[in-house]
Amino acid sequence: MVIYLDNNATTRIDPEVLDAMLPYLTDFYGNPASMHSFGGQVGAAVQEAREAVAALLGAEDTEIIFTSCGTEGNNTAIHAALAAQPEKRHIVTTAVEHPAVLNVCKHLEKQGYRVTYLSVDSRGQLDLMELEAAMTGGTALVTTMYANNETGVIFPIAQIGAIAKAYGATFHVDAVQAVGKVAIDLRHSPIDLLTLSGHKLHAPKGIGVLYVRRGFRFRPFLLGGHQERGRRAGTHNVPGIIALGKAASLARHHLANVTQEGRLRDRLEQGLLDRIPDCVVNGGGTERLPNTTNIGFKYIEGEAILFMLNKHGICASSGSACTSGSLEPSHVLMAMGLPYTVLHGSIRFSLSRFTTEAEIDQVLAVMPDIVEKLRALSPFNNDQSDWLQGRELARSA
Amino acid sequence: MWNYSEKVLDLFYNPVNQGTIADTDEPDVAVVYGEVGSIACGDALRLHLKIQESSQVILDARFQTFGCTSAIASSSALTELIKGKTLDEALQITNQDIAAYLGGLPEAKMHCSVMGQEALEAAIYKYRGIEIEHHEDDDGALICACYGVSAPKIRRVIIENDLTTVEQVTNYVKAGGGCGSCLVGIEDILLEVQQERAAIPARVAAEIGEAQAITEVPPRPLTTVQKIKLIQHVLDTEIRPLLIADGGDVELFDLDGDRVLVSLRGACSSCASSTDTMKYAIEAKLRDLVLPTLTVEAVAPQRT
Ligand code: FES
Repeated sequence: MVIYLDNNATTRIDPEVLDAMLPYLTDFYGNPASMHSFGGQVGAAVQEAREAVAALLGAEDTEIIFTSCGTEGNNTAIHAALAAQPEKRHIVTTAVEHPAVLNVCKHLEKQGYRVTYLSVDSRGQLDLMELEAAMTGGTALVTTMYANNETGVIFPIAQIGAIAKAYGATFHVDAVQAVGKVAIDLRHSPIDLLTLSGHKLHAPKGIGVLYVRRGFRFRPFLLGGHQERGRRAGTHNVPGIIALGKAASLARHHLANVTQEGRLRDRLEQGLLDRIPDCVVNGGGTERLPNTTNIGFKYIEGEAILFMLNKHGICASSGSACTSGSLEPSHVLMAMGLPYTVLHGSIRFSLSRFTTEAEIDQVLAVMPDIVEKLRALSPFNNDQSDWLQGRELARSA
Repeated sequence: MWNYSEKVLDLFYNPVNQGTIADTDEPDVAVVYGEVGSIACGDALRLHLKIQESSQVILDARFQTFGCTSAIASSSALTELIKGKTLDEALQITNQDIAAYLGGLPEAKMHCSVMGQEALEAAIYKYRGIEIEHHEDDDGALICACYGVSAPKIRRVIIENDLTTVEQVTNYVKAGGGCGSCLVGIEDILLEVQQERAAIPARVAAEIGEAQAITEVPPRPLTTVQKIKLIQHVLDTEIRPLLIADGGDVELFDLDGDRVLVSLRGACSSCASSTDTMKYAIEAKLRDLVLPTLTVEAVAPQRT
């Protein structure tokens, strides 16, 4: 049996979502752009899905552009925002964004844009004064995530947006991790552009949405046919769109119930803290997604923990370098200035509405032994270790 | 998820020889440990050895490792490989041997095997009272600040493992895996080593006036002068840089038939057994690159 606690990486397809999309892989294969009724029928279903997504976000259906994924949404949003105000050459983002934003910003820096990367504190939270100080009349775009994928930390979106608006900047939000987990109502929000991705809310991979506020001066990123009212060329991924529409409806329904997920998360988090000495919650002490906990188990390394968990059929993820194929530990945890002891031994557990109490209990049953076993192998078994103290126990934040 | 061999996973889930070795009053027995890595780098290994002083045999080896699956498995492998060996035999163990014992490691994890080899060296050098140079302090020789990796170390791992790309260097010693600002420096070292490599046959041929020696024409037996020149060249380009990096040096003293007489300097000369080690290491290289019949003998350092 697999205990899947890596839902911030991707989620299982909800069976109802699968049922909804299947006919569009088999019987209803028409192209919604076609003029015949066989395609038109599909076009109507796409429209329904669009409305379902709009309803989840408190948006209008005309504000929804279907994309292929979160990365495409983020790339499109950033380029569209810059194209809308070509005379402005400054971007503000944060140090803890997903690579789909961070790497675009780095690329733009090479093209001559000035980019400010806002820092975060040890809880993973932004300092609004720092944001305010970074803004100028030349700031074209403020792009931040809604909630962090690694820690679940939620940024103060309304306040960030208010500051961005005060300086006439476009406000883009990468809400890939937040949609479906917290209520978002774009009717009362300063957000101009918002990205989401289907596979994070129980739809399949390969479908996403870019929300574009009505009246926003949008320049398309993908050029070609006139799909999505000329704003995103490319044949519609109909089964994906139908799936996302269904997933959005289910998510909307589930939002009323999200406390259950939060309760299980708290049970897991508190259970681990109670049973295992020397561990800390990364991003604790500030507003977080209800499904995410990121815990640093001191003195041991994340990949080793994951392999031990894997043996028990438990899937989680790690902020350590060794899992990723890169050598740098998670840029998010690094930006929080965590000590290396915590940084390298951090594990993220992310739950979904399918997570059960029994699964959480199973994790609580095996984790203490895993940590104990690895700590017995480690030369750093407490903060007093000479070797540890001699070698940068704490990084300067 | 990484594709680890059965052996890696087995030694990870069921590690052998973990722990420390307590100091002992037993006669003729020494206990020592060597450390490499750090919490900052994300992996660290403390290797404990119990050594029989008279025979120089490793009676027991244990490890404490902070690191990933393959770091823990590499540590077990290392201890298994060295138990029962003399210190000199143990020093011949390379990171490749550790990886081979494990049935291979993903290339991105080769640095785990390098860490094992370095901890072994650190422990034995410590026992022998040889200071390992802190390369970080070398003038301008620190190439990768993120992981504290010096130019000599990068050179050495390139030569010993026949590395050809920057990515491989990163996989083996981590240099370049952080901010990336040292990638150009690593590339330079790679090019340098490659150029030196490429230059050896041509330069030797030019020096001994036998350009044909490197073409299809079968080589004629070397004259004594040619032999000396070739030995000197290999010493200068292939051996001395490594020794200097470790705080030692070597000089060609004389040649008697196929007997190469060398004098060792610095750390290399400070004790009898390390002299042996160096002798074997140098001999292997010279046999490889000059003549398979050569033997190397160390003579007392000459005052200059
Ligand atoms: S200096 Fe080498 S990776 Fe940063």
